[in-house]
Amino acid sequence: MWKQVLAVTVLNVRSVPQRLGSSAVTVAGIAGVVVVFVGVLSMAEGFLRVMTTGGDLRTAIVLRAGASSETGSMLDMDTVRLIKDAPGIGRRDGQPRASAEFVVVVRHAQAGTGKAMNVILRGVEPAAFDVRGEVRIAEGRSFQPGHYEVILGRGVARRLGNMTTGQSVRWGGSTWNVVGVFDANGGSVESEVWCDIDMLQQAFRRHNAFQAVYATLESPESLDVLRTSLEADPRFEVDVRRESEYYAEQSRALTGLITTAGAFIAFLMAAGAIFGAVSTTYAAVISRTREIATLRALGFGSTAVACSVLAEAAVLALAGGAVGAVMAWMLFDGLAVSTLNFQSMSQVAFAFSVTPQLVTRGMAYAVAMGLVGAMWPSWRAARLTIVDGLREE
Amino acid sequence: MTPDRRSRSAPLAMSMKYLPLIWSNLMRRKVRTICTALSIFVAFLLFGALLSIRAGFARGVDLTGADRLVVSQKNAFNQPMPLGYRDRLAAIPGVAAVSYVAWFPGVYRDPRNDFPILAVDTNGWFEMYRDLWTVPPDHLARWKSDRTGAIVGQDLADRFGWSIGDRIPLTGTMWPRRGGGAWDFTIDGIYNAGPASGRNASLDLMFFHYAYFNDARIVGQDFVDSYRVRVADARTSGEMAERIDAAFANSAFETTTSTENAFVRAIAEQIGDVGTIVMAILAPVLFTILLVCGNTMAQSVRERTNEVAVLETLGFTRERVLGLVLVESLILPLAAGGLGVAAWLLIQRTNPTSGTVPMSSLSPFEIGFAVLMAVAIGVAASVAPAWQVHRLTIVEALRRGR
Repeated sequence: MWKQVLAVTVLNVRSVPQRLGSSAVTVAGIAGVVVVFVGVLSMAEGFLRVMTTGGDLRTAIVLRAGASSETGSMLDMDTVRLIKDAPGIGRRDGQPRASAEFVVVVRHAQAGTGKAMNVILRGVEPAAFDVRGEVRIAEGRSFQPGHYEVILGRGVARRLGNMTTGQSVRWGGSTWNVVGVFDANGGSVESEVWCDIDMLQQAFRRHNAFQAVYATLESPESLDVLRTSLEADPRFEVDVRRESEYYAEQSRALTGLITTAGAFIAFLMAAGAIFGAVSTTYAAVISRTREIATLRALGFGSTAVACSVLAEAAVLALAGGAVGAVMAWMLFDGLAVSTLNFQSMSQVAFAFSVTPQLVTRGMAYAVAMGLVGAMWPSWRAARLTIVDGLREE
Repeated sequence: MTPDRRSRSAPLAMSMKYLPLIWSNLMRRKVRTICTALSIFVAFLLFGALLSIRAGFARGVDLTGADRLVVSQKNAFNQPMPLGYRDRLAAIPGVAAVSYVAWFPGVYRDPRNDFPILAVDTNGWFEMYRDLWTVPPDHLARWKSDRTGAIVGQDLADRFGWSIGDRIPLTGTMWPRRGGGAWDFTIDGIYNAGPASGRNASLDLMFFHYAYFNDARIVGQDFVDSYRVRVADARTSGEMAERIDAAFANSAFETTTSTENAFVRAIAEQIGDVGTIVMAILAPVLFTILLVCGNTMAQSVRERTNEVAVLETLGFTRERVLGLVLVESLILPLAAGGLGVAAWLLIQRTNPTSGTVPMSSLSPFEIGFAVLMAVAIGVAASVAPAWQVHRLTIVEALRRGR
């Protein structure tokens, strides 16, 4: 029987050029669905990638108990000191490898549009550059402690084209000089501006206010040591998380929204495309009624005929899926955008990312659509009686 | 059967007269017609959904008052402003009322139960937002006399099954309470959408007394996050914003003042250009589905070339035959598309995303656009095959097989 299926399928596929118009429409219909499907998911993928890059397994973040993000957390000086000396945190030259930080969301007018953009201004301690090893100065120099100086993440520098090294900006009643630009392997901190925490506290009159402690663990397994010792301590209420988990949590709301909306749109589009596939496949079956009847008369089984209809649809759908995936890749891959992350109310820059997995998913989706669409026509083809079929003009 | 040649019947009258003929043509291949109709139906359902989302992002912000200003720390978001600014703001000529708000980051039982909690001015807040939120007078009175009272939105009350009188312990994640432990609140009132709030009423907020918050916290006393100012004359909003910023220029806390409208829009705009994204999705969706449908519809016309010739033999004029083909091609997208948009309008009423995705109802302009799209599909699908038929002589057409 498989030989029969193969023979009829080859025959069908070879006759595709004769039905080029309707076959092309099926392919285009499925390609369109795949473009949108892959496009929307590549947006979620790109956002997730930025948010989770730099989530080092050896880095822990300590926030006040219950706080879901840094902006909703508060730690005082004594707590910060105790956290830094807790077991599990690595040391270098006798000093804990930990940075207590404070963030303020500042507004700045964007180049070109002049529209205000929310940016995180992060005050850090010198150890921050050790804890977040991925942060490297790319242009200029780092800020000096005790000075109103800032360095811009790569993403901020790009978005705020009007703010470059050597210029100054007013935030929190102080004038800050821009002294450098930093990279962070494309992670979300590239959407931030960094400065000395003491200066930030002074400028915004938030003395002794801290929001988070970032620390390098002795080893990835030391997280539990740190967690047990801090969460058991009755003097303060804090939550200890791995940095990578924290970043994943921060991106959950937005990736969830994009994926849900994307799934909804893809589902409806697929429904539309399936109905389209049903009518084109059905038309193809009808127009070949005599041909199918002849095959049956020659001894081909009804299953073979049905399978061949399905196989032809799968081949066309696969072609559509491939066209769609390539188009999505050309249109969206690397497309740089930025959006507001509701967790911190600040802008995060990211790029659409069309990954091989997404392409595979898109193609699988295409084949599934093709097969579902061909189900009914193939059943019709199988049920055709030979005599009636041959009598068709 | 011979049509009346004297009367130049209007298309509508013609389609009424020939409805049975058109209907039987449509039902010639039932499966194909139904599939095409369903495909168009889905395309227009999606069209409605995406345009509602687009409108939700674009228009949701227009609902906030134009006579209210937001005064916050200059070039910063949610940074503290001294409580003493209240009197200074109230003293500025043209200011009708001043209220203030401070964000209280907190969770109810579990970190996942996190919703906006705001400490507000007891005697000014709900008065200022009367158009947006309605609180029954007895609820408001009870709340005002209860120091640890709270007023919650209807959606929030429904979410946790709260009713008046319930005691709610909240963990403050940012503000430790004097003496430690949870912050206890009593539900004194439930607010609902006010007369001017429409769909975007935000009924998931919790409000409590700033005074309680201020007295019980250990740090940050006598600071608020932002002031809300109502101006005496809404037409002077812009001018008033400048006057306020000028009054605090070079002070310890400089201000940025904007209308509430502009303030909300500035945040909404930062989400990104939702409109462009929506249109980028919509264009390939519609193009694809319409391509498929257009092809099927055109095919059904081509198949009937010889039937057209029969009609002409019977005395139908070319124009009339063309008209029939056109009407037939218009009926399908208009009916299926109309049902699709109508289905979306029904779905939208049920609030399918429970408020997580902003949506707004479709404007007559957008509905008109949908109708235009449907007409365009019908015309595009019928013009080419109709023209082919038109060019053939009866004899040629009759000779053509299927």
